[in-house]
Amino acid sequence: MTTQTSPQQAPPLPSRWERLRDSYLLYSFKRDPIAQLSLLVFVVFVACAVLAPWLAPMNPYDLAQIDILASELPPFWIDGSDPAYVMGTDAQGRDLLSTILYGARVSLIIGFGAVALQALLGVVFGLLAGYLGGRIDAFLMRLADIQLSFSTLMVAIVVGALVKAIFGSATFSTYAVPLLVLIIGLAEWPQYARTVRASVLAEKGKEYVDAARTMGLPSRRIMFRHILPNTLSPIFVISTVQVANAIISEAALSFLGLGMPETHPSLGSLIKSGFDYIQSGSWWITLIPGAVLVVLVLVINLLGDWLRDVLNPRLYKG
Amino acid sequence: MIAFLIKRLFHALLVMFVISLIAFSIQNNLGDPIQQMVGQSVPESEREILREELGLNDPFLVQYLRFARNAVQLDFGYSYIFNEPTTDVVLRHLPATLELVAATTLLIVLLSVPIGVYSAIKPRAWLSRFFMGASIVGISIPVFLTAIVLIQLFSIGVSWSPFPGETGWGSWLNGLVSTEGGMPAYGRGDPVHVVGTWYTNFASTEGLVYLVLPAISLASIMLPLFIRLIRAEMLEVLQSEYVKFARAKGISLRRIYFLHALKNTMLPVITVGGVQIGTLVAYTILTETVFQWPGMGLMFLNAINRSDIPLIITYLMIVGLIFVITNTLVDLIYGLVNPTVKLTGKPA
Repeated sequence: MTTQTSPQQAPPLPSRWERLRDSYLLYSFKRDPIAQLSLLVFVVFVACAVLAPWLAPMNPYDLAQIDILASELPPFWIDGSDPAYVMGTDAQGRDLLSTILYGARVSLIIGFGAVALQALLGVVFGLLAGYLGGRIDAFLMRLADIQLSFSTLMVAIVVGALVKAIFGSATFSTYAVPLLVLIIGLAEWPQYARTVRASVLAEKGKEYVDAARTMGLPSRRIMFRHILPNTLSPIFVISTVQVANAIISEAALSFLGLGMPETHPSLGSLIKSGFDYIQSGSWWITLIPGAVLVVLVLVINLLGDWLRDVLNPRLYKG
Repeated sequence: MIAFLIKRLFHALLVMFVISLIAFSIQNNLGDPIQQMVGQSVPESEREILREELGLNDPFLVQYLRFARNAVQLDFGYSYIFNEPTTDVVLRHLPATLELVAATTLLIVLLSVPIGVYSAIKPRAWLSRFFMGASIVGISIPVFLTAIVLIQLFSIGVSWSPFPGETGWGSWLNGLVSTEGGMPAYGRGDPVHVVGTWYTNFASTEGLVYLVLPAISLASIMLPLFIRLIRAEMLEVLQSEYVKFARAKGISLRRIYFLHALKNTMLPVITVGGVQIGTLVAYTILTETVFQWPGMGLMFLNAINRSDIPLIITYLMIVGLIFVITNTLVDLIYGLVNPTVKLTGKPA
């Protein structure tokens, strides 16, 4: 990794790996069992989601494999279960374990996709607002204020409803994943923009920015090559929490019927479809995906908490 | 003060203007009102005359001004579903939502202040650690899932028998892990009429019982946030000079905590809190859907599912108004309570 060999650097820079090994980040990670466990669970989740087509006993999207006669079977520890369906089946006779694996995949894709979009919008807008100031700053931050005062969930629901009304239910279902990424990304960028703007304002007055400006570097280069790297740690912290938020938002939208269709369910739409059967005693269709969703969001939040404590020593611990 | 007030009012008007623009463009671009009004058999020429009569061919600005004039008079047309003025529909559903939000706010205030203060005063106690752990779990549970779990536990009931039921102890333990069920979890029962469209759940025991599960699940989303906020602020205040000084003077701890520190803790809590109470309205959409609580949130969702555009617009405008009013009030109260806020914008 030590490819930068300029004449001033007589001793070679430590490699990325060495820097990571000596970093405070790794040190505190080794000392924090909760963070380790959370990361482990999260990695298992991602692995299961990525490998869903190979891990799942059946393909829930394949209508030929669904047996309606096997619907609403309970999970293995309850009388009347079928050993072929470990976690039981849902109301359409889909194997719940497989559906959850595929659903977690959809939830994670939308979560990460939406955060990528938010981060892109938020970083660009935050940099522009913080560095350029003036009217652009006033306009963007006012927009962010308005959006935040409505709460991101409300904005997502309204935008989701409008998008669904414009495209119609059928088209919406076909393109649900990219549309949901768009909806959640548009609803939640202000969080990023505010954080980035605040750290840009703090960085802007420093000497290295003045130096770069005196050298006549273009604003764009100063913003993205000089200031942006120094605002990465708050971006990193907020990204973790935002992934959890995006997954919850997606679940909420799906629960309201503004998200993933039941043929390609996410965890949220599974909970929704199971909720219709909870009064008839089939609690597992809704509560097992619910538990999976909570564990997924919880470990991401715990990781975010740990990161915030490590990267931001100003905040309180324990 | 007056300058601040005017500035805030101007800001509020600006936000309402933006919302009205959004609402208007929804109305303008979604669906064809002529198609809603007339049947299939009406020829295109007659449709064109009707369109001209209704002013649908007017320039954008003229149409928007007409919309804004009606909006100021709270006239947004007729709801397709209910076939009556949308404002009446919203007003009929408004009290249910407001009562739910009020009950939730009460729960949040009564629980978050003592818990937050306690975990700031005794950060190492096991109970505080439990509250902190529980709050991060609470943040991670979506509000609709809390609602579903509550329904399963207290409305449907759970009968678990992990212990052998023959012995007395076993059946006692089984009883301990099982729940009765029977709590109402559908609608708002039989509320008592107060005035106009306002029927209240607060006036009878039966009504209050109907409020319990929806209010708890709605509170569950905000409670962790508030506990953490109050704890963080209180911790910061407890480290400040004046608290140390008060302690050095030998003032009783109780007096320091509840008289000196709590006052300054509550300042930021008011700002964040006020805004969050506004966002509770957003979460009512989810809670009301689960519990079929006949409020605005459920009405809005029905309006979306059945493309009742006038009703959607009315909801957006009225909820927007609620948000703007709460935010403006919170800013004003904060300015009045906190003498260090520069209301006039002049340097202090």
